[in-house]
Amino acid sequence: MKHSRMRAHLAGILALLLAGGGPATFAQETHIGGLTGEASRGKQLYRRYCVGCHGPLGDGRGENAVWIDPKPRNFVTGTFKCRSTPTGALPTDEDLYMSVTRGFVNSNMPSWLPLTEQQRVDLVAYVKTFSSSFREEKPAAPVPVPSESAANQQSIQRGSELFQKMNCWACHGKEGRGDGPSAQTLVDNRGYPIPPYDFSGGTRFKCGESNQDLYRILMTGLDGTPMPSYASGLTPAQAWDLVHYLRTLQINAKHKRPTADSEQKHRSESKPVGEELEGRANRF
Amino acid sequence: MLFRLRVILLLVLVLGALFSLRQPAHAIPAFARKYSLPCSACHEAWPKLNDFGIAFRDRGYQLGNEKDSPIWQNPSYWPITMRITPQWHRESSSNQVVDTVPGNPALGQTFQNATTHGFDFGGVDIWAAGTLYKDISFSLLPSSDSSGSFHFENAFVRFDNLFRTRWVNVKFGKFELDNLVSEKRMLFLSNNGGFYQVYHYTPFREAQFRASGPSIVQFGDAFGIGDNQLGVELSGHSENSYTRYSVALLSSNEGNPGLPNRTYDGWASFNQGFQVGKLGVQRLGGFAYFGQRPTFFNTSLGSPVLGQGLGSKSFYRAGLTGLFYIKKLDFSTVFVHGWDNVFLGTGTAANASLPVGARGPSWNGGFVETHFTYSPQLVFVQRNEIVRMSRQVFSADPRDLGDVDAFSFGLRYYPFMSSRAGLALHTEYSFVRSYKSASPLPTSTSPFGPDLRASSVFVGLDFAF
Ligand code: HEC
Ligand code: HEC
Repeated sequence: MKHSRMRAHLAGILALLLAGGGPATFAQETHIGGLTGEASRGKQLYRRYCVGCHGPLGDGRGENAVWIDPKPRNFVTGTFKCRSTPTGALPTDEDLYMSVTRGFVNSNMPSWLPLTEQQRVDLVAYVKTFSSSFREEKPAAPVPVPSESAANQQSIQRGSELFQKMNCWACHGKEGRGDGPSAQTLVDNRGYPIPPYDFSGGTRFKCGESNQDLYRILMTGLDGTPMPSYASGLTPAQAWDLVHYLRTLQINAKHKRPTADSEQKHRSESKPVGEELEGRANRF
Repeated sequence: MLFRLRVILLLVLVLGALFSLRQPAHAIPAFARKYSLPCSACHEAWPKLNDFGIAFRDRGYQLGNEKDSPIWQNPSYWPITMRITPQWHRESSSNQVVDTVPGNPALGQTFQNATTHGFDFGGVDIWAAGTLYKDISFSLLPSSDSSGSFHFENAFVRFDNLFRTRWVNVKFGKFELDNLVSEKRMLFLSNNGGFYQVYHYTPFREAQFRASGPSIVQFGDAFGIGDNQLGVELSGHSENSYTRYSVALLSSNEGNPGLPNRTYDGWASFNQGFQVGKLGVQRLGGFAYFGQRPTFFNTSLGSPVLGQGLGSKSFYRAGLTGLFYIKKLDFSTVFVHGWDNVFLGTGTAANASLPVGARGPSWNGGFVETHFTYSPQLVFVQRNEIVRMSRQVFSADPRDLGDVDAFSFGLRYYPFMSSRAGLALHTEYSFVRSYKSASPLPTSTSPFGPDLRASSVFVGLDFAF
């Protein structure tokens, strides 16, 4: 009698522990700046804002996915385009936060800037619960971004030569119009055709806008797409030369191109939405 | 013969193949579908906007991505939405003057409660809105009453992000005055609850004078800040739309096309949002409307010449607004102070003499509207509203003449949430008490009657597609 009572107690405690441990995924937290994101709150927001595209299971198969090109990200695989971490690694919380804040101008993924910072941090916490990788893998160290070299004519010239040498043109085309010989054949990791970025259009990059972002794009690659990481192929000095050259290809860029020193000023300028969401999200 | 049959067969096969190859139609005729976003992305509970929706609207119905210009849409895409509300409702009003014996007025009159109920529907909104081009947006809203007679609720073009700054947007046409708490997007639908008293208030005496006055056009229509106006608006907003302003120059004609009045009204509003930790965005704002209306008209053989108003007299409304979020609970609050010039308040032509002792009426009013958004699919709503006269037209009038108490509550349930269409089951009860505002009995010597109590019960389906 006494024993069975105890057993019942133990079972109860166990059940409680399990209940506490079961939704460990939901208890997952995210820290960005001074804010702590909670997946349980993020879940509510996800249902309201994101589920139609990214799907209830986070597999990118929401009810709207069929209508959308490029397809919404599948969070389950843990493969993300915009990272500060090396290719193949998971993005940092901050990377995901920036993607959610910035949106992807040339896709259906909107900028979620009107949501509060807290809400965006909560969303990131929830997005991370879809992939076990975030629980299993240790976060990788971000790729360092050394200070920018002088953007002079020589640097641009060297960059132009690297553009040839590194075969960027094979995908992006001789003038960066996204029309290289392999452009038509490219597919992403889900088998969908994916056009290389067209520099002449001058639209914002998916993964940022500043020269630092561009440097990072070259050194991390866009995982899940044919755009590779050049971390092992380029020295930092070469990468900066490429950055300076690539800027000259953006002939139709409507916005002033930010350079290292104009960056601060650039952030405080008020310009139409869509071309400059980068940066201000960092303001806490 | 056989050859012909074969040709036909081939044709059938080719056509069949063509049809089966056809892409699924992207051309689903509604504005919201353009971006593949669910209603809940822009609406706290439709039609009420959330922070994302406010920003979307402020940008000129644009997300700021490459899908904004209609040139990127499937050519058959047509940005149209319809909204209809079939319903059952019950309306009840106290103290209605009726003949004691129906059909025999000679036997005297008495007060009676008047109640009606039955199935109904509230008209149709056919709303087209979107972009004409990147950074040029538009809206056109022909709206009908239940008998099918249409008016244009709004019709405007807006030039967005002029000079490449989001602080300069110019709207031209007929539009809603930009205010933090929009009556057009309220979550109440019934006859008594479906509008804000303070957005349309007219003092009792003023309404009485107008009703018995020589001609309603002489004094312009009753003014309401909830009514869409004709004019031009300059507005702007910060990137997340937490900071917003609007100034507008409007025709003094209460948004009635075809009735220019040769004078202009002005509107200004400003509001600011603050992020408060885990609670959400809190917004505070203020607004002011300064207007004038003619008190008499040029006449031809005695009848007024439309559009040639004279003797304009002024009025204003000024107020404070707030939107407060405590997680799933939110409060929309409005305070309004109103004042009408004594000539407007007594319906007197500016070249005639005023009733003895008359003064320009003024009043204060406001409401607290509470929403509990249990989930994007279920919202409970409640509102308490009061209007109090601060100065009656005649000092001898009772202090509370024309004061209003109003109360509503209800719930809206959205059985599904998608990016294609919306359906809400709407139930609501609302009650309005207007002090001493019932018509007096013909035998009475008092110019005003007892309190008027009116209530509505509403059960309906609100759908938009
Ligand atoms: C209208 C559809 C849509 C909605 C709604 C939507 N997304 Fe996306 N999202 C996309 C698409 C499409 C992509 C992929 C863009 C690309 O690959 O260029 C994407 C990509 C992402 C990425 C990947 C970033 C990276 O570096 O790879 C994240 C994270 C993300 N979305 C989060 C969210 C969150 C959080 C929400 C809700 C607040 C949301 N999305 C709502 C369409 C949507
Ligand atoms: C194998 C083909 C391929 C090669 C080689 C390649 N790219 Fe790309 N690149 C792409 C594709 C595809 C994208 C578009 C990815 C997307 O839209 O998600 C892209 C995108 C980019 C972007 C825009 C990233 C963003 O955030 O929007 C930049 C910048 C870029 N590439 C630069 C380069 C440079 C510089 C080189 C050479 C050093 C290079 N690429 C070589 C295929 C390639």
